Amino acid sequence: MEYIIIIISSLFVSNVVLSQFLGICSFLGVSNKISSAIGMGAAVIFVMALANLISYIVQVYVLVPLHIEFMQTVTFILVIAFLVQAVEIILKKVSPPLFQALGIYIPLITTNCAPLGIAILAIQKHYNMMEAVVYGAAMAVGYTLALLLMAGIREQLQLVKVPKAMEGFPLTLVIGGLLAMAFMGFAGIVKS
Amino acid sequence: MSNLKYFTNGLLKENPTFVIVFGTCPTLAITTTAINGIGMGLATTFVMVFSNLFVCMLKNYIPDKVRIAAYIVIIAGFVTVVDMLMKAYTPSVYAALGIFIPLIVVNCIVLGRAEAFAQKNRIWPSILDGLGMGLGFTLAITLIASVREILGNGSFFNVKFVSEDAKTILMFLLPPGAFITYGFMIVIVNRLKKALNV
Repeated sequence: MEYIIIIISSLFVSNVVLSQFLGICSFLGVSNKISSAIGMGAAVIFVMALANLISYIVQVYVLVPLHIEFMQTVTFILVIAFLVQAVEIILKKVSPPLFQALGIYIPLITTNCAPLGIAILAIQKHYNMMEAVVYGAAMAVGYTLALLLMAGIREQLQLVKVPKAMEGFPLTLVIGGLLAMAFMGFAGIVKS
Repeated sequence: MSNLKYFTNGLLKENPTFVIVFGTCPTLAITTTAINGIGMGLATTFVMVFSNLFVCMLKNYIPDKVRIAAYIVIIAGFVTVVDMLMKAYTPSVYAALGIFIPLIVVNCIVLGRAEAFAQKNRIWPSILDGLGMGLGFTLAITLIASVREILGNGSFFNVKFVSEDAKTILMFLLPPGAFITYGFMIVIVNRLKKALNV
């Protein structure tokens, strides 16, 4: 039951992009085609679940016993950067077709604020190890959902005439605002 | 005097928020009051000035292959400094900004300027570039925050100018308002740039 609440609330109620504002850069940048949205989403799900697992282990077994919690930002970003590199190398060896599909999106994840933000939030919410992993994965699925919705809308928009000053980022941001308004309808299904 | 152009570059011509559209996460998330905008902006400026300075000083000693990782560690170090300073001296702003202080590490504008500017230039231009970019960011997010605070809360820098029970446009304080305000601000800046021919 705990897990279902975490999943529902991370997917819809506090969606990582549309209500927590994490990972906006890639949300604006990689959302112009559905196929690239799926690739980016899959890579992020993979990295965020693993990042939450490892950052939890580092926090509980290294930082807290040594009383160096203030090193959290430095260690977590290193964990994520290391993980992104590792995922890239492993995928290249184990599954070349998957690497072909996700390859260009993986390095972009290091500068995406969602993995670092969610790893820190999971610690702040005092989740245990399993909950932290589920939280990370569910948040990443929420990210993919938002990215897919946006990509679908933007593909349709290519056929429409847009005022010159609105082209590009402004239009994407306004659509993001409308999506966020739609997602606010989910508020209240989970008691927070 | 020739160095001055590095400073003004970030303020207007290549404003990180309105022109390059970098560092969008804090721009949308914390711009609910003008005070938050200034706090976040100055924290980022501090990190940018010092990370540009240190990247510039150490660039000859960092091997090319691991430079991104090395830059991130430098940036993360200064973010930790800001984090602890703000916790001690400005606890209310610290509480309002929350998780977005540690997230300055992954603000693309900081790493972007280290990689694109400080790595290739001398010390003074690098410091001025960090200062200009940081203040350009501060200016932009304070502007967005002011619009949202005035429309959404009927106040400016926490000074209320409508009566307590007046109805304000609450939507501007909620996530949709952030996206829409930012979108239309870029439109206005684009039109201004076209009209002024810069």
